[in-house]
Amino acid sequence: MKLVFEKSVPGRRGVRTGPADVPRISMSPDLLRQEPANLPELSELDVVRHFTELSRRNFGVDNNFYPLGSCTMKYNPKVAEHIASYPGFADLHPLLPQLRMGGMLTQGALRVIYEIDMLLREITGMAGFTVQPLAGSHGELTGMMIMAAYHREQGNKKTTVLIPDSAHGTNPASAAIAGYRVISLPSNENGVMDVETVKKHLNDEVAGLMLTCPNTLGLFNPHVKDICDLIHSVDGLAYYDGANLNAIVGKARPGDFGFDIVHLNLHKTFATPHGGGGPGSGPVGVCNKLVPFLPVSVVIKRSDGTYALEYDRPQSIGYIAPFYGNFGVVLRAYAYILMLGKEGLCRVAENAVLNANYVKDKLKGHYKLAFDRLCKHEFVLSPSQRMAENGIRAVDIAKALIDKGFHPPTVYFPTIVKEAMMIEPTETESKETLDSFVDAMIEIAGQAENEPEKLKGAPATATVCRPDETAAAKNLNIACL
Amino acid sequence: MPFISNTPAQREQMLDEIGLTMDELFGDIPRQLMAETFDLPRGLSEQETRNRLMELAEKNATHLTCFLGGGFYDHFIPAAVQSIISRSEFYTAYTPYQPELSQGVLQAIYEYQSMICRLTGMDVSNASLYDGGTALYEAVMMALRITGRNKVIVDDSVNPIYRVMIKSYTQNLRIELEQTRFEDGLANRGHILQLIDDKTAAVIVQNPNFFGCIDDFSDIADAAHEKGSLLIVSCYPISLGILKTPATMGADIVTGEGQSLGIPMSFGGPYLGFMASRRQYVRKMPGRIAGETVDAFGEKAYVLTLQAREQHIRRDKATSNICSNEALCALTALVYLSLLGKEGLKETAQLCADKADYAYKRLTAIPGVEPHFRGKWFFNEFVLDLPCEAADVIAKLIERRFAAGFPLGRYYDGMEKCILISITEKRTKQEIGMLAEALESVL
Repeated sequence: MKLVFEKSVPGRRGVRTGPADVPRISMSPDLLRQEPANLPELSELDVVRHFTELSRRNFGVDNNFYPLGSCTMKYNPKVAEHIASYPGFADLHPLLPQLRMGGMLTQGALRVIYEIDMLLREITGMAGFTVQPLAGSHGELTGMMIMAAYHREQGNKKTTVLIPDSAHGTNPASAAIAGYRVISLPSNENGVMDVETVKKHLNDEVAGLMLTCPNTLGLFNPHVKDICDLIHSVDGLAYYDGANLNAIVGKARPGDFGFDIVHLNLHKTFATPHGGGGPGSGPVGVCNKLVPFLPVSVVIKRSDGTYALEYDRPQSIGYIAPFYGNFGVVLRAYAYILMLGKEGLCRVAENAVLNANYVKDKLKGHYKLAFDRLCKHEFVLSPSQRMAENGIRAVDIAKALIDKGFHPPTVYFPTIVKEAMMIEPTETESKETLDSFVDAMIEIAGQAENEPEKLKGAPATATVCRPDETAAAKNLNIACL
Repeated sequence: MPFISNTPAQREQMLDEIGLTMDELFGDIPRQLMAETFDLPRGLSEQETRNRLMELAEKNATHLTCFLGGGFYDHFIPAAVQSIISRSEFYTAYTPYQPELSQGVLQAIYEYQSMICRLTGMDVSNASLYDGGTALYEAVMMALRITGRNKVIVDDSVNPIYRVMIKSYTQNLRIELEQTRFEDGLANRGHILQLIDDKTAAVIVQNPNFFGCIDDFSDIADAAHEKGSLLIVSCYPISLGILKTPATMGADIVTGEGQSLGIPMSFGGPYLGFMASRRQYVRKMPGRIAGETVDAFGEKAYVLTLQAREQHIRRDKATSNICSNEALCALTALVYLSLLGKEGLKETAQLCADKADYAYKRLTAIPGVEPHFRGKWFFNEFVLDLPCEAADVIAKLIERRFAAGFPLGRYYDGMEKCILISITEKRTKQEIGMLAEALESVL
């Protein structure tokens, strides 16, 4: 398919600008660019056709089942998109509340932020939230900055952060960028990190621990409370990576496990769309003693019932985002929580976990199951011994699924399982969808064991087939100039 | 139950088939760690939810004519932008890990990267970052990696919000952050040149700067390069419709806020951080990058590339902790720039400058209202001296239905009487005239 630039016709225009109702000025030529930026020249119809064609070469949750492990690709309710477009939200300038009496001009928006803070406190058992972090990994960095600020305030000399080897790559990256050295802890034969491993690496240098629970294998660590207690024994802080909160939301609360800092992914657990890779939103919740360290500003409710922004917080880590987070995303999550309510929220994890165990049970006879035990919201498969002998890799199964109309699972992660295929069905999928996915996987398993060469050519139905990633990095072409 | 497809009967059937009860599904969580109850409200119907949210939306001011900018602008957005980005194949997808199912988003990112390069004049761009502030912070970290040095100089004509963000992020790191005080509306080149030494990783400047003044940093670029330091320029993409590019000035890394490119103000986000650089630094860049390649049949295809820089491969050695970009916002900017095209962007930028010039002349004709920086070129924002505190005047003008500007005293000591006024192509001659009348009446 041609690039948008290749469709350009000199002199063609898309939008008419204006009105030009004031005199034209000419600026000093040495401040101006010599040539106009070389943008394409297209009609509105050209542009609409181009992007419609691009959209048809893409796959979203609305197309079909998207069991991408650890990404929680649940259905994104349309009403949330509708609400985000209300002019009272979409056209609101972020600097308005910083004007004198300006807070009164944004009472509705401030109330959304205040109320989602309260709702998230109740859902997670934390004492206070900031919705400023602009993505999950940004929440991690914010959490690590709060950890560092706490230790600075306590006069602690802490240098290291403990992270299990099954963690998302963002965990060690966030800790490192916040200035910590990362110690990677191995998982045990049951797929989780045991208490002894933590004890072995525990010393006064430990600033804290980052834990995803359930972890990326979908396994809940039953010793999670003991592990948090251990970390606290050296005045360390326990950090909960909420990427997998969908497994326990409405059932259990990380605050009750003993975690001090929690980040959530609103684009996972709270159903805001992933946007093809952002924008997300990664609110951070903290325990009581860490509330003073939350970023500025914080929305408070005054005694007269009005809402205001508070900036005077001397222990705060400061500004981590220009304003109040990805408000448009926060708003969608707020609407989602209102619609679910108490009863609906409690059904999320139940159905997510049921769907995952159902699919796991149906597939475990056909593939190698990394850990044959109860899972939470996701589980990890690998090709069977016989498939492996046939030269079949996780990528072959993934590509074959594309020909069956499904998005593949997450492959080659977590790295502690060879040829991993991480499957997360989410609660929104029906039994019929799961059954058709199971049938497809079983059919592929049969081919992988008996006619492996058939899978090597997959996908046959997509617009492209197995692009050469090595060549892409070698002959680096990342812009058409 | 909202958004759950399975009926109770189906759930029972599934539980039967796997031989477990619902309680047993959570049997791996110790009983004492299960929550007993949640104090949450009952769920609302869609109708109730929409009514509730509409009521909240109406508590926000939408009746004000906007002359408020400060890096975030009320530009006109063609209807086709929203229509295109509302296609759910784009917005309900995840990061394009499976290229066969993501050629749409991948090609769009490649086109976006090309668009940012064409706009800034730089060689390479990433797939986007969260916002202009985090993009500038990432540029600082990138400069530290490239140079292996730890001193950074920032002029305070750079957006104050971005400066405080950089300060927060670098608090736990060993970085020497030097700030220079702007001089006569422009970057303080005298002080900057004096501070650049062989420990300096980068100099950070902005164009047009926070006061709207247009600068040319060629001299600072030369001085920085002479000492092996980099020049980081934060810029306003609409202005590049007419203004000299940062590349022409000698910038090494260019960042900015892409909100003005078709993205609604939405009370502060989601926005779009863009980043471009010279080609030799591409492997030190943070964030996703899409590249062109060929598939198994030799057909043109797009993939995420240079992933060896990223957290999911390099973990604690990655160039950044960033995972996703702001793909949908990058798509928005791409669609916007495609619709405006070569002439449309130039015309939009020129209209901003024309209307700002008109407003400046109209407002400075009011007795007691004076320009703060005399004889300086500005793009679409300018600073005026008022006879009394700007914050008071702005509060009075809100009653007259104007968001008249930003009081600079909030961020700059000694500028309590200064107002920053912003004009976009959306403002009309009539609106400017009405603002002038209202301002005159409240002084």
